[in-house]
Amino acid sequence: MEITLALIVHGILTGGVYGLLAMGLSLQIGVCRVLNITHGEFVMLGACLTFTFSQLGINPLLAPAIIGPLMFGLGFLLQTTLYKSLKARAPSPAAFEGNALLAAFGLMYIIMYLSRFEWGNWLLPTQYLTDKVAFPGINLQLNQIIGFAVAAALGIAVYLFLNRSRLGRAIRATAEDPATAGLMGVNTNMILAFCFGLGALLAGVAGTLVSMKTQVSTGIGFNNTVIALIVVTLGGLGSVPGSFIAGIMIGIVTMLVAGLWEPVLTVPVYYGMLMVLLLARPTGLLGKR
Amino acid sequence: MPILEGQGVTKFFGGLAAVSNVDFHVDQGEIVGLIGPNGAGKTTLFNLISAALPISSGEIRFKGQKLNGLKPHQICKMGIARTFQETKVFANMPVFHNVLVGAFFGSTGHVTQAKAAGEAAQALEFVELSAMSMTPVKDLTLVNQKRTEVARALATKPELLLLDELMAGLNATEISEAMELVKKIRDTGITIFMVEHVMKAIMGICERIMALHHGEKIAEGTPQEIANNKKVIEIYLGEETHAGS
Amino acid sequence: MDLITRLFGNRKWLLVGLFVLLVAFVATFPLYGGAKVRVLITMLVYAILAVSWALFSGTTGYMSLAPAAFFGLGIYSVALLQDYLPFHIIVVVGGLLSFVFALLVGLVTLRLKGIYFTIFTFGLVIFIGNAINYMETRAFTRHGWYFIAQDRTMLLYTMLGLAVVTVLAVYFIRRSRLGLAMQSIGGNEEAAEHMGINTTMVKVLTFAISSIFMGAAGAVVAPSLIYSNAGIAFSPTYSFIPILGAVFGGMGTLYGPVVGGLVFGFLEKTLRAQWATYFMLGFGVIMVVVILFLPNGIAGLVPMLQSKLGGVIRKLRKGGQAEQHANT
Repeated sequence: MEITLALIVHGILTGGVYGLLAMGLSLQIGVCRVLNITHGEFVMLGACLTFTFSQLGINPLLAPAIIGPLMFGLGFLLQTTLYKSLKARAPSPAAFEGNALLAAFGLMYIIMYLSRFEWGNWLLPTQYLTDKVAFPGINLQLNQIIGFAVAAALGIAVYLFLNRSRLGRAIRATAEDPATAGLMGVNTNMILAFCFGLGALLAGVAGTLVSMKTQVSTGIGFNNTVIALIVVTLGGLGSVPGSFIAGIMIGIVTMLVAGLWEPVLTVPVYYGMLMVLLLARPTGLLGKR
Repeated sequence: MPILEGQGVTKFFGGLAAVSNVDFHVDQGEIVGLIGPNGAGKTTLFNLISAALPISSGEIRFKGQKLNGLKPHQICKMGIARTFQETKVFANMPVFHNVLVGAFFGSTGHVTQAKAAGEAAQALEFVELSAMSMTPVKDLTLVNQKRTEVARALATKPELLLLDELMAGLNATEISEAMELVKKIRDTGITIFMVEHVMKAIMGICERIMALHHGEKIAEGTPQEIANNKKVIEIYLGEETHAGS
Repeated sequence: MDLITRLFGNRKWLLVGLFVLLVAFVATFPLYGGAKVRVLITMLVYAILAVSWALFSGTTGYMSLAPAAFFGLGIYSVALLQDYLPFHIIVVVGGLLSFVFALLVGLVTLRLKGIYFTIFTFGLVIFIGNAINYMETRAFTRHGWYFIAQDRTMLLYTMLGLAVVTVLAVYFIRRSRLGLAMQSIGGNEEAAEHMGINTTMVKVLTFAISSIFMGAAGAVVAPSLIYSNAGIAFSPTYSFIPILGAVFGGMGTLYGPVVGGLVFGFLEKTLRAQWATYFMLGFGVIMVVVILFLPNGIAGLVPMLQSKLGGVIRKLRKGGQAEQHANT
């Protein structure tokens, strides 16, 4: 029983980061309508860059201050160049989505293999803040708690931003009806670029958090994309609380399966959950449409 | 004899009722119009009939059979065809193939290649589009794309045809031609239920008109009755006044 | 001279001619190719995967990232059954197994919007890889499989036969009622549904049919791999390269994916070992460039090339005729 409790706590903490992962992707899919399967690569970049910075003497906790804007810029650039062009040339929205997906597929390989020139393919020792935290019966590391705290803080910030600010309202309007939003004076191009950048930023920060906890490599992108996709599907597109709750659920399930059953089975179990959910509620837990 | 009737038809989107407790009927052989300001629920009603959207509550019956729970392809095979507000043609395919789809799949039972091709050709001739048979639809003008949509719907051998804003975007000549086409279709025995904003068309060809506003039916009657109906005038004139101020 | 103009004027005959030449080339290859037969086998594999992928994804627009899953199933069919059944039977079994599996996956996911389908197929490859890896290592304490060796020439001919069957099948399906239904789904799914097409059934059926050839190809190629495990069999590369090939060649056509699959299969087999990183990087770049500038692939350029070439030939002929006229 104690083990289960410990696993659940671990799961919640890990799940926070999963939620962060999903939030960014949710924005990109929901607003920009790009099924960004490159998402995980941004996580990887965040993680590997954190390593590089720590080699240069920069504290991993400060790394997001640089990595965040950097990823934002990269995401912003991608939207304004690649995806905007694709959108302009596509004969229909469905064709655009298909093409954007394939382009993201290619981009995934580009980012992954470009990174290999810098960081190779081996595991990087990136753990940070591994000090144990005193908690009855549960072995927690400080980095897990920090990870969750940062994720939660960012989650709340994004939620408030989307729902309370003017820019947030513009974003939601663009997500729902880009044509009308444009007519109402919203600079939809900027909004799309902003959202893509924001999604990339969140991914990068998640990467830093992940790197503090485990060893990372240039190959972690794919798996993180899959996790993000599952969490987004579970939590619903466009819902920040949904992403978070789903992230925590997945986190808990992951830990329970890994701890009580078999670590290798975590992916199949995600899939089982995903399948059941797709059948029962295709729009996710709290999503729209 | 109503070929199509609905009772208490309601559709909720979240907390908002797009269509609210609407009763309606369309008799065999009629041309019935459906009018109302934007957002009144007209296309939503069509979507409920064609099963593009599931109904929240109420009942729709076609030739006495309940339509609740059916899928669009089943509705089509039963004998209801429709066109769409934003022309949903198969843009990259030639005109002929667009119509062929309707011919092949629109009716129940097995259709041979020859028969389908024949019916497609017939439908194209009916809408006077035979000359463009092999042109990819994306290369056509709007009015011809709409004709393709109509031909495609006709190829499914419907008994009831739902036309969603057929006249939208057409110039005066094209509207007159379209009006003639609609009458021609009805003369072959097909009942027509049409959503329209172009008053000339509605008044000109409909025998009966229904008016929706905020999802509710507010008036029903002959074109004359509707033209003189206080509530209808209020919505349209009221809207104009608002637009002006 | 007229034959040449006719050949270039009528694309269909040109393609058929090229196809026949290609088959003849492959069929006679063992006579002069030697060990390069392995390259040819790989090329054919990717061509088959590309064509089957394009059959479903190229027409309906639903992007499936699952070819590797069915391909891997084919490999596993051989691994599991090679001690019990003759090789060619296993190839058929591999195809059927993929069909059933694809049917199930399709039924679950194809009722939903395209995006969810793609998400599902994306992770499906990892899912199966992981699940099978678990079963192998924990339940059976196995670490991969060694395949019974088979004559390479026989494998080549089997693969060639499969490729021809695949191309013919795809050709006839595209021209059939099913093909028309698929195209309309790709054109506008809602309209297709309203014209009487049971879109779910069409999608599921086509998806399942396309998987047959992928599974069979996996089975045929297995013996030449010598060794395999879950990670090798279900490698995402077997999704990526066929898709790249199909997109490059032109996923809306039949011959585009064939050409694309052959080309990238060749590149993969010959270049990958030495230049792995640059190679995959290059592929990524090509994919993005093609999507951006040539969304209809090379096939999109063909009509333009054809008319230009035809124009050149006509000019040459006219020049010749003008001379004749001048001389009389």
